[in-house]
Amino acid sequence: MDLSEQQKKARKKARKSNGDPFSGWKENLSGYLFIAPMFLGTSLLVLFPIFASLALSFTDWNFVSGYNNVKFIGFDNFTALFSNGLFIKALKNNFILLLAIPITLMVSLALAVIINRYVYLKDLFKVIYFMPFISSIVAVAVVFQVMFHPTQGPINQFLMSIGIDHPPEWIADVTYSLPSVMLIMIWTSIGFNLIIYLAGLQNIPKELYEAAQIDGASAWFQFTKITIPLVSPTTFLLLVTGVISSFKVFDLIIVLTEGGPANSTLTPVVYLYQQAFIELKTGYASAIALVMFIIILIITYLQFIGQKKWVNY
Amino acid sequence: MTFRLDTRKLITTIIMAIIGLAFLMPFFWMISASLKVEEDVLTFPIQWIPDTWHAIENYKEVWTGSMPFLLLYWNSIKVTVLTTLTSVTISCLAAYGFAKINFKGSNVLFLVVLATYMIPPQTLLVTQFLLYRWIGLYDTHTGLILLNSFSVFGTFMLRQFYLGISNEIIESARMDGAGHFRIFTAIALPLVRPAIATYAILRFIWTWNDFQYPLIFLRTEALYTIQLGVQSFSDQHGSVYSLMMAASVSAILPLLIIFIIGQKNVIEGIQLGGVKG
Repeated sequence: MDLSEQQKKARKKARKSNGDPFSGWKENLSGYLFIAPMFLGTSLLVLFPIFASLALSFTDWNFVSGYNNVKFIGFDNFTALFSNGLFIKALKNNFILLLAIPITLMVSLALAVIINRYVYLKDLFKVIYFMPFISSIVAVAVVFQVMFHPTQGPINQFLMSIGIDHPPEWIADVTYSLPSVMLIMIWTSIGFNLIIYLAGLQNIPKELYEAAQIDGASAWFQFTKITIPLVSPTTFLLLVTGVISSFKVFDLIIVLTEGGPANSTLTPVVYLYQQAFIELKTGYASAIALVMFIIILIITYLQFIGQKKWVNY
Repeated sequence: MTFRLDTRKLITTIIMAIIGLAFLMPFFWMISASLKVEEDVLTFPIQWIPDTWHAIENYKEVWTGSMPFLLLYWNSIKVTVLTTLTSVTISCLAAYGFAKINFKGSNVLFLVVLATYMIPPQTLLVTQFLLYRWIGLYDTHTGLILLNSFSVFGTFMLRQFYLGISNEIIESARMDGAGHFRIFTAIALPLVRPAIATYAILRFIWTWNDFQYPLIFLRTEALYTIQLGVQSFSDQHGSVYSLMMAASVSAILPLLIIFIIGQKNVIEGIQLGGVKG
């Protein structure tokens, strides 16, 4: 330790005195050159679009009509948005979709604990549960479209064969369409959550469990008093990424239901897509984008504040 | 040491295997349906192994029919391979820059790049679309490739690996007069090769599965990728389930092969990029 401190100091001195190749403008220049492609791309495709949509959200414009017809309308898009029942419904739907996250987390953690300690062929189980996560959502949505068929689909035929005479009509029924989407979301994201939880479990010192065993603690006690608190940073990470990604769910809904039936699966991103690329309301769609961006920022911020109460570092 | 079979562990394994099979049921059902004649697809109880085989006819229809998968495959392979190559190159360079070069403002710039990870890509679609029409990248494969080429995840993950390379190696190379680019190609690149493989596989899977960007940024049917093809195909053949399933299997198959070959890399990469994220 001491030696390296000394070396560092000596190096710093050398940099200042004779501008050797380890610092100075040459070092800066090569740094900028290395990150330039990434930074330019991000600026062009992410940073610039954010500021441009901020500007566009105050206009009434449709991109087909040319740049001369951009009309500045102040906050009209935003007031229209919040008095629009459809957008409010889409937001509400998205908040209901968030319920899929705690369910995913619980199932994934339970599976991770079992796979980590109580089974043979660990690697095989990881692959099995990971499979839906890597599969194309479009193909998955097409498969579930058929499986969820109200009368002839395999799921309902099975339910009827075990004596349920009126099984839910899944994506054809307004009350069950959103839960159906959630079911598929849970199914596809368990793999990712499970893998991250497994990594989190590796970091819990084995001695803790051994000590608890000597004290005669039950498996359940160990799970609630050791495992859950010690994986809380992982749970927090998965919660944040889960919330962000639930606002990104697009492919699944577009292919599965296109937001229907009767807008029961409409979400802000689907609404944004419809307004921007079907109705061609560029300014209005930009306002939707901006509102979503702000909502996600607020939710993420609240999560970071709330974590202090339950996350153990 | 002798190997002792623990009965409780064995029973749990069996129960978990049954749950695992149920978990994969949609895949089995999809494959099985793609091999059948249409009338048998929805029969109950499910014929897991078809009574009447119709596999060749189904797949032939999908691959050479009105929405030719041969062309879609070619487009998808082209876009996916080129995206993977550019994205790996760009992320590797940036990751090395952020991890191993001591330049002014590196922390701030890294934070800016990281922050963009939180932005849902859909909120950018409208302006990206306008920008693309303006600079002429709309409805081109080049445009599509660029959209997936600047990956925060890739940069972050590779940076973690570069941080693991000891500074002494790099500094002694610099003493010998090597520039950063020399060090990057001759020393650092071979050392992070496993990480590059991991990221390349993930990027391949994600780009292959991408639906949203092709949907918005491609208009010409001859440029369509496989995911757009599956959707158009299911719009056209919405009631012919055996064909829809054959199309879905065709879209997933290359991924399954790549995933099974590289599953260790994929899983480790997700853990490294995710846990420390």
